[in-house]
Amino acid sequence: MRCNFCLKQRERQVTWLNLFALEPLKGFCNACTQQLHLLDGPRCIGCSRESEAEYCHDCLEWEKTGNGLNSNHSVYAYNEYMKEMIYQWKYRGDYEVAFGFKAKFLDTFLNLPREIVKDALIVPLPLSKERLQERAFNQASMLASFLPSKVVHALERVHGEKQSKKTRKERIQANNPFIVTKKIEKPVILVDDIYTTGATLYQAATLLKEAGVPHVTGYTLIRG
Amino acid sequence: MTTSLFSPQLIQQQARTLSGKRLLRSEINLSELEIDHLLSTAQLRTIPSILNNKLSSECQRCYNEDNSKFGQMPCALCDRTHQYCRNCIQMGRITECQPLYEWAGPEPVWDSAPTPLTWEGKLSPLQQEAAEIVVSSIQSSQNELLLWAVCGAGKTEMLFLGVAEALKTGKRVCLASPRTDVVRELLPRFKEAFSETDVQALYGGSPDKIADSQLILATTHQLLRFRNAFDVLIIDEVDAFPFHNDPMLHKASVNARKPSGSTIYLTATPRRKHIRRINRDQLPHHFIPCRFHGYPLPVPKPQYCIFLSKAIQKGLPPQSFFKWLEHRSNPERQLLIFVPTIKLAAKIHGSIENLLLRSGWIHSREELESVHSEDPLREEKILSFRSRRIQIMITTTILERGVTFPSVDVAVIDAGHEVFDDAALVQISGRAGRSSSDPKGEVIFFHIGMTDAMERAIHSIETMNKRGGFGI
Repeated sequence: MRCNFCLKQRERQVTWLNLFALEPLKGFCNACTQQLHLLDGPRCIGCSRESEAEYCHDCLEWEKTGNGLNSNHSVYAYNEYMKEMIYQWKYRGDYEVAFGFKAKFLDTFLNLPREIVKDALIVPLPLSKERLQERAFNQASMLASFLPSKVVHALERVHGEKQSKKTRKERIQANNPFIVTKKIEKPVILVDDIYTTGATLYQAATLLKEAGVPHVTGYTLIRG
Repeated sequence: MTTSLFSPQLIQQQARTLSGKRLLRSEINLSELEIDHLLSTAQLRTIPSILNNKLSSECQRCYNEDNSKFGQMPCALCDRTHQYCRNCIQMGRITECQPLYEWAGPEPVWDSAPTPLTWEGKLSPLQQEAAEIVVSSIQSSQNELLLWAVCGAGKTEMLFLGVAEALKTGKRVCLASPRTDVVRELLPRFKEAFSETDVQALYGGSPDKIADSQLILATTHQLLRFRNAFDVLIIDEVDAFPFHNDPMLHKASVNARKPSGSTIYLTATPRRKHIRRINRDQLPHHFIPCRFHGYPLPVPKPQYCIFLSKAIQKGLPPQSFFKWLEHRSNPERQLLIFVPTIKLAAKIHGSIENLLLRSGWIHSREELESVHSEDPLREEKILSFRSRRIQIMITTTILERGVTFPSVDVAVIDAGHEVFDDAALVQISGRAGRSSSDPKGEVIFFHIGMTDAMERAIHSIETMNKRGGFGI
């Protein structure tokens, strides 16, 4: 099997467990895996950023804005290598890349606190129509499909400007691009690829809460 | 609107931009309306982008047939799950539901400038002879010609007359090289030599993208976009990585040229595959055995070092390296040290810095540098080595070819390592003695046991010198 990112042949370790496995496992090669930075040290409870303090500065700021996201959990930190992977996956549109994240993304999800996961529905953040036309897939939906809970597409994005082109201030002040299309009364886990400032997730969470969702958590692949 | 779409000038412009290529819709620099018009008037046609055969698929741009290099994606455009090609995705994603576009309108007419060559240099008699052979090969549309010229023979200048001949007769020319560095280095030289002609250079991230000029320089990967485009295709360093062992690039080079056109291969170190065809008279060739300055190629000296592996483990060059350093015939020369791996380059850089400073071989830390293929500063480092701000350069094989420094000595550490095949060693040796003011340079191979590659490299350099009329 090839590495899902660099396409080099992966050495497959044959063990009694996978000897008779029919489907070859998708994943990254060792060299690529080593370049990724798993978040496993002390982190901010609010947003998963690596930090010694319980809550980081940004989360204390968000706290003041009131009823938004309850917390965010991420799997990987953002580094140069991750940047290249994300570029290949999202901007070049190499759908298969993200299957390399699947095992860890699922694993971390299963280790989330019980009270977050219980009864929760998964809502992937949507792309605008134009962006979807361009990319032909939604990366958040792809990530959501890795998870064992029920996925509900309850949001729509009305206008899409690339977030990465805006400053932090602009992101926070930007008009809310989402609308809620389905009524949900259960807790929600919002899924996206990356949490940078948190603005996108907070916007979506605010709307969901206004629409009656009791509890909204973010679950993202990367903490930027 | 409609009249402008039919104007002959505009159609010519579109023919120049679009003909000879296979493009994604997003690569066509026209509005949706214009593209639809060209399609409805059959001046543009679509072809399927991925062909499905019984057992495998084939990408119609990059010829990828390896199933493990196709991905599956649920497509939001057509609501089906289908294939896309992962092999050439950096050139824009090819997916099954999006066709490729080909020009089907009138053939473009290229300029026939009467005197396109503005180069005023002079060719040596040997260069002149080779240049005339290139010209006649292009005139007679000979299918293939291999120009075998020793390192430092002045290959680029030999091409000028041939390229000029092609431009005079309205032919379209592409010079392709496997190496981006070489394409970048050639662009200013060609712009100067053909100053009236529009010359474009194509490589990953190049400022030129459209490729509508008559004379194009490109990396061999860029040939994947072209089909039946060029009357004359020159492939520089045909024996170099990644071209020589990549069947995809071979197909690309065959298909980028018109069937009636001519291909010219350039090399200093032909691979066995080409030698075999030469020996069977299947490949016309011309051999230029002598450097432009008329001096023989420096012959490498092998130096056996019994403790080489130990030294390398410690990240040091062998003891005999320092001995050689002191006894060089011309200590003024800059020094190129070739090492097999990136890791070793960094290690040796760190370990010899202080040694060299103390013994006075370098006067500041800036005079010693190391460079490798993933080095973001590699262009700047090469420039400062050329301007002699760097005295000693530790490098992997990326500097083995295509770069010219006037006065250097060359040391290869662990010359028996597998990355140093015979072609690489000949090329590395060819870095020394490049200028007529200092035509001799020393080349030394530090090894722990001669390999076949080393023996073949030394033998072939001696043979080339003999053919050039130098007794050994």
